[in-house]
Amino acid sequence: MHSALQGYFDPALVALVAALVIGCAGIPGLFLRKPGPGQILSTAATILAAMAGVPASLQLLFSHTTTTYLLQWSLPFGPCELVIDPLSAFFLLPVFIVAAAGSLFAVGYWPAAEHRATERGLTFFYGLLASSMAILLMARNGVFFLMVWEVMALSAYFLIVVEHERENVRRAGIVYLIATHTGTLVLFVYFSLLAAQTGSFLLPPVGSLSALSPYAAIMALAAFVGFGAKAGIMPFHLWLPSAHANAPSHVSALMSGVILKMGLYGIFRSLTFFYEPPLLWGVVLTVCGIASALLGITFAVAQRDLKRLLACSSIENIGIITTGLGVAMMGVSSHNPTLMYLGMAGALLHILNHSFFKPLLFLGSGAIIHAAGTREMNLMGGLGKGMPRVALLFLIGSVAICGIPPLNGFVSEFLLYLGFFSQLKADSLVYLVLLAPVLALVGGLALIAFTKLYGSVFLGTPRSQAAAHPHEAGWPMLLPMAFLALLCLLIGVAPQLAMRLVSPAIAAFYPQPFVAEIPAGYDSVLGRLSLAGILLLTAVVLVTLLWRWRLGRGRVATAPTWGCGYQRGTARVQYGATSFSEFVVAVFNGMVRQKIDRPTLGGLFPRSARCSDVPTETLLDRVIVPLFMLVGAWSAFLRRLQYGLIHLYMMYIFATLFILMLWAH
Amino acid sequence: MTNSIIHILLALTMPPLLLGVIGKTKAAFAGRVGAPFLQPYYDIIRLLRKGSVFSTTTSWVFRAGPIVALATTAVAALLIPFGAHQSPISFDGDMILYAYLFALGRFFTMAAALDTGSSFEGMGSAREATFSCLAEPTLFFALITLSRLSGSYSLSGMLINISFGVWLNTGAALLLLVCGMFIVLLAENCRIPFDDPNTHLELTMIHEVMVLDHSGPALAIIQYGAALKLFVLGAFFVHLALPYATGNSLIDWGLFVISMLELAVVIGMVESAMARLRLVRVPQLLVAAAILAAFSTLLVIR
Repeated sequence: MHSALQGYFDPALVALVAALVIGCAGIPGLFLRKPGPGQILSTAATILAAMAGVPASLQLLFSHTTTTYLLQWSLPFGPCELVIDPLSAFFLLPVFIVAAAGSLFAVGYWPAAEHRATERGLTFFYGLLASSMAILLMARNGVFFLMVWEVMALSAYFLIVVEHERENVRRAGIVYLIATHTGTLVLFVYFSLLAAQTGSFLLPPVGSLSALSPYAAIMALAAFVGFGAKAGIMPFHLWLPSAHANAPSHVSALMSGVILKMGLYGIFRSLTFFYEPPLLWGVVLTVCGIASALLGITFAVAQRDLKRLLACSSIENIGIITTGLGVAMMGVSSHNPTLMYLGMAGALLHILNHSFFKPLLFLGSGAIIHAAGTREMNLMGGLGKGMPRVALLFLIGSVAICGIPPLNGFVSEFLLYLGFFSQLKADSLVYLVLLAPVLALVGGLALIAFTKLYGSVFLGTPRSQAAAHPHEAGWPMLLPMAFLALLCLLIGVAPQLAMRLVSPAIAAFYPQPFVAEIPAGYDSVLGRLSLAGILLLTAVVLVTLLWRWRLGRGRVATAPTWGCGYQRGTARVQYGATSFSEFVVAVFNGMVRQKIDRPTLGGLFPRSARCSDVPTETLLDRVIVPLFMLVGAWSAFLRRLQYGLIHLYMMYIFATLFILMLWAH
Repeated sequence: MTNSIIHILLALTMPPLLLGVIGKTKAAFAGRVGAPFLQPYYDIIRLLRKGSVFSTTTSWVFRAGPIVALATTAVAALLIPFGAHQSPISFDGDMILYAYLFALGRFFTMAAALDTGSSFEGMGSAREATFSCLAEPTLFFALITLSRLSGSYSLSGMLINISFGVWLNTGAALLLLVCGMFIVLLAENCRIPFDDPNTHLELTMIHEVMVLDHSGPALAIIQYGAALKLFVLGAFFVHLALPYATGNSLIDWGLFVISMLELAVVIGMVESAMARLRLVRVPQLLVAAAILAAFSTLLVIR
């Protein structure tokens, strides 16, 4: 550890300043009368800050340094430290990259000239959100952490409800607000217990608390619930689909790509505090993780709203990451460095990967909604012809998120598979390998979800008037997408480079000597993987050349799609999004159902009728909603306290404070 | 080196022969003379010479479908060992790459089908997506069993390890695996009882209906790719069911070719003896295959 102010270009200071600049980027726009310059200024500042912040984070990561700053404050919660260690630096990368990409995208997607009323607030809170996430990663005082956490949660709320004139947006906002505050409540418990254990609100150093004390289990549970609610791990995921679907697309990108990772960061960071964690912790994380992955992707398959599908797939990806973390924790508990390394490497790399391809897809969905004017996949189709560049970039994102080679999603899943298989030779934890077929099933379902998405949006013929004349997105929208797609391709073809980023973060996690020994072996495996990726691309080029050569020799004609003899097919006889997934949803009937209202047709000349379908979650409808209703009925008497009169509420606060003071004395 | 060259040459030239043998077997069962063994080669060459018709609805995705499907199968062919010989490319974890390469090919085949805007092809790709997703766990259970038996994490290590000695020791597990993998082999290659590669237009069609709009060289690439896929998945299966090995390199190549032909005959017999399943039964059979394979895994890891 070395203190600040060493040199003018201390990378930690650069990262801190970059975070603050992003936070202030939206402020000038609030005071400018003319719409436009504020947004441009904010975007420019954000991009410049990210261009400084990313190299600074990389330098901090590669140099394995930990930098500590002491924040002078007069609050009675003890000293407040800002620390950047490799784990923080690793999580800073997606914050800077996605914030900059989304900020540039907003110039094309939410131009100030067209959205005079909302643009200022949106830009301001967007910067505040990104900045609070970066500061959160540095905060090492429990109270300060909670303050920044709250700034993050509230700015996300204001971003979700930007279009608050729409009913479902307001609902999504309220659900999000309740969920996030329930999580924060649990975090209050967590940080209080932590402070009671260590005697100060400073977060404890790595491996300083025993995991065997009775408080440790409660703390771990509180951290899992509180941070898990933010990350959207399965039973705490309920708020996620509607919140992510109803926010503006570049905000969804930031929320899905980065905010969820803040919840995971909390879990990662909390786990570093304890030494000798019991095996049960790893088991709980793994079970919740794999359940999130499987159920999340099943929900995604059934969706017909473009952005809800993407949001549900975030639950899946968070589940995959949590599974990796759980496997790594089992490795720590059983003193198995290979398992710990593979699980952690898979989880961390998937965090990075997901924060590249998910924002890419959400930004792409913004471009699609811009062009088609709807989020309903059943009304789209054929957009690929009007917007070929968006279609290509979206294809890269779709292939990457399915975990298919040669893109980045495959690399992290590959590491996880290696981890599952690694215990086959040993006699302990052999059953871990049974996760592999489940992850394979998740992969298969992801393939269905994203062929459905890609096929019904970009391919075929337009199913509605609105989708018939799409326009290509402008360069401010294409450029960030292309950049993210490039990162996906880069990690996919050169996974060794990505491992350089991941290794220091793992070393920070458990700085035991064994960590350094393992990576060499897997580097060569990843090298083979990148060779196979290049081989695959070569094979594609060769087959293309063969086909082009033969194509040049023969006659080439065009004709309408063959309708199997039926001449009058319209766009509506195509397989739509709902019909594509109907079969598989029927197979997975227990978890998710498609409620279809089929009209009954009668007579020789049936009148026109409507058929509609709604995907429903069994767990939500059968368990959670009835449970909430019950709680609501039981606590109805509390409503008497609520009169809507502010002075009464102030009196409540005063009374509470007074009682607390009496109690303290 | 010689083995690698023979491996690549076999993968390039032999796959359509399997289709020829299957056709001949079916003809023999039906009491016909049948097309010559080399008919699939003639078909592919004829298609390569033909012109192409492209639907006005389609974009580049439609053209990329057959190309990516063949390229991925070709790379998978380099990962799988043929007979008792190491595969040209082999590393720890290559079995995961092997499984996921087919997923890439499938993504593009399905996208190409959806690109035509035809309801039939959309139907085909929806079915293909569902069935292949359900077949995926079976393959992974098989990989786990094989990896546990051989202690190896690469396809070459785990498949070459299987011998009649291993069968004597863990016969039950391998028998279950053979049943499960045979079902998956038939499903992934769209053979009866899952799909009928000889007809196009009936509503139960899966793979064949996805390629309705392809023509000329693209159709040739699809047909060759399908044959190669049968060959690659068949080579995996042959390791389990017919693990002949003598130690002499040349004889082993001969044995591999013979066992692949045997497999083709068996598939032909199954196709002659069975009818296509009702569509709603297909998922049940695939889940049954997964459970068989899961049992075999439990037998070896308990």
